[in-house]
Amino acid sequence: MNNTIIIGQYVPGNSLVHRLDPRMKITIIFLFVIFIFFANNVLSYSILTAFALLTVIITKIPIRFILKGLTPVWFLIIFTFILHLIVTKEGTVLIELLGFKIYSGALIQGFAISLRFFLLILITSLLTLTTTPIEITDAIEDLLHPLKKIKFPVHELALMMSISLRFIPTLLQETDKISKAQASRGVDFRTGPIKERIKAIVPLLVPLFVSAFKRAEELAMAMEARGYQGGEGRSKLRQLKIRKMDIIVFLFFLLIIAGLFVTRNY
Amino acid sequence: MDITFKDVSYIYQANSPFAHKALENLSFHIPSGSFVAVIGHTGSGKSTLIQHLNGLLTPTKGQVQIGDYLINADKKPENLKELRSRVGVVFQYPEHQLFDETVAKDIAFGPKNFGVTKTEIQKRMKDIVPAVGLDEKLLNRSPFDLSGGQMRRVAIAGVLAVKPEILVLDEPTAGLDPRGQREIMDMFSTLHKEQNLTTVLVTHSMEDAVKYADHVIIMNKGTKYMEGTPEEVFTQKEALNQVQLDVPEMIQFLNAFNERFGDKIQFKRQSIPRLAMEIQQALKGAESDE
Repeated sequence: MNNTIIIGQYVPGNSLVHRLDPRMKITIIFLFVIFIFFANNVLSYSILTAFALLTVIITKIPIRFILKGLTPVWFLIIFTFILHLIVTKEGTVLIELLGFKIYSGALIQGFAISLRFFLLILITSLLTLTTTPIEITDAIEDLLHPLKKIKFPVHELALMMSISLRFIPTLLQETDKISKAQASRGVDFRTGPIKERIKAIVPLLVPLFVSAFKRAEELAMAMEARGYQGGEGRSKLRQLKIRKMDIIVFLFFLLIIAGLFVTRNY
Repeated sequence: MDITFKDVSYIYQANSPFAHKALENLSFHIPSGSFVAVIGHTGSGKSTLIQHLNGLLTPTKGQVQIGDYLINADKKPENLKELRSRVGVVFQYPEHQLFDETVAKDIAFGPKNFGVTKTEIQKRMKDIVPAVGLDEKLLNRSPFDLSGGQMRRVAIAGVLAVKPEILVLDEPTAGLDPRGQREIMDMFSTLHKEQNLTTVLVTHSMEDAVKYADHVIIMNKGTKYMEGTPEEVFTQKEALNQVQLDVPEMIQFLNAFNERFGDKIQFKRQSIPRLAMEIQQALKGAESDE
């Protein structure tokens, strides 16, 4: 059941996208997420879609795997599409279904919004698929560095992030382990009335919390034992460096954005 | 209940970049009533194997038969719950599965799920709690107040309270002190004989395997590497060393002894005192020859 969730799962590789500076990746994705809202016609959408698909191809991660991993999100995308189909009343009436008039505008609108949604999730999941959690937090710490001036605890925030990211797979494993142990003791998580199934969660959650707290305590102790005392004066093993490749990729991205603004309707 | 594996393969996360073959064409047969030790290096597929024994995992290929229950790639038995009530699994570090307010409630959790009546649970509790070496005074305490060793015993009691016919043990003594390890293994051994169980023990300890098991399966990289009685398997030093396993200390000693004194004492799963006597006799015999 846990195997279908890929958000937050790193797929090792050596593609251009994998090797890109994580700060560059985050910046590009951040801008992409903003500019996707500027697309408003077929051409501008195609440019962004082409960019996203190109990125997917470069990563060499099998497309089937990415799509399968997005299964939980498909529901949301389809729901958005249907909602737009029913609610929007623009353009000409195409067909009438079960008393609902489907307008041409609704079809276009629904398709555009769903596509936008899909691209958003696709491109952001590509970030975690091609970047190790450590790289992401290093990058975020670096990008947020200016906030230190106003006494914002950037290092602590980055540490919290890296710890939570690090423990997502561990907790999933733990959940799997405990649910299997309880299933062996006759708990049925999948069938039966809703009330029984909700009750079945208790034997899963209690041990999970207990072990999470225990783990946190052990981690804190291990960090103190190794002399951890926060960000001040702490040096880094992995130095982030912007290379020529990063600049080229960024310029290419700017070109895409320029293309978007040339093709969009005003 | 008999356990039969026929060409079982299992792939984790099939059709993804993380696809990982854990079992490959595994076949074996465990007759009802035997005590089987499954031994293998970390990652050899032992844990995956035991999850097939009560339908937690369905084989990607091949088929598993537990008694009358048939599990294969296309079909899971309808009555999984019934199967699970007859196959008790003590997982690694089973104390991690404790959750209820009191020890008594936690032990009763399994049987309650399988529909055992309250009076029957009470009756079973009276036998099982002393059997696993727990004090009855602990029954009303929270399981989280207990020591690690006591928690382990509570968790084991929780599995035994279901009264399974097949008992699956995944390194049940890992992390316990030597005395606790011996107590718990002896308890399983007694239970195995008294209740005529079929026991599958996953272990790293060659000593435990020699002492308790009557059949040994050695796993390596998801396949069956060797199988046989402890006498057959543990005397093959080279083959075992090849998969990073050692011959049990007792046999190591016996080999060294035979080499040093030119004797031929056979390993027949003697107990240590019995072996000491044989050695004594062999040495005496040698003395009188001179």
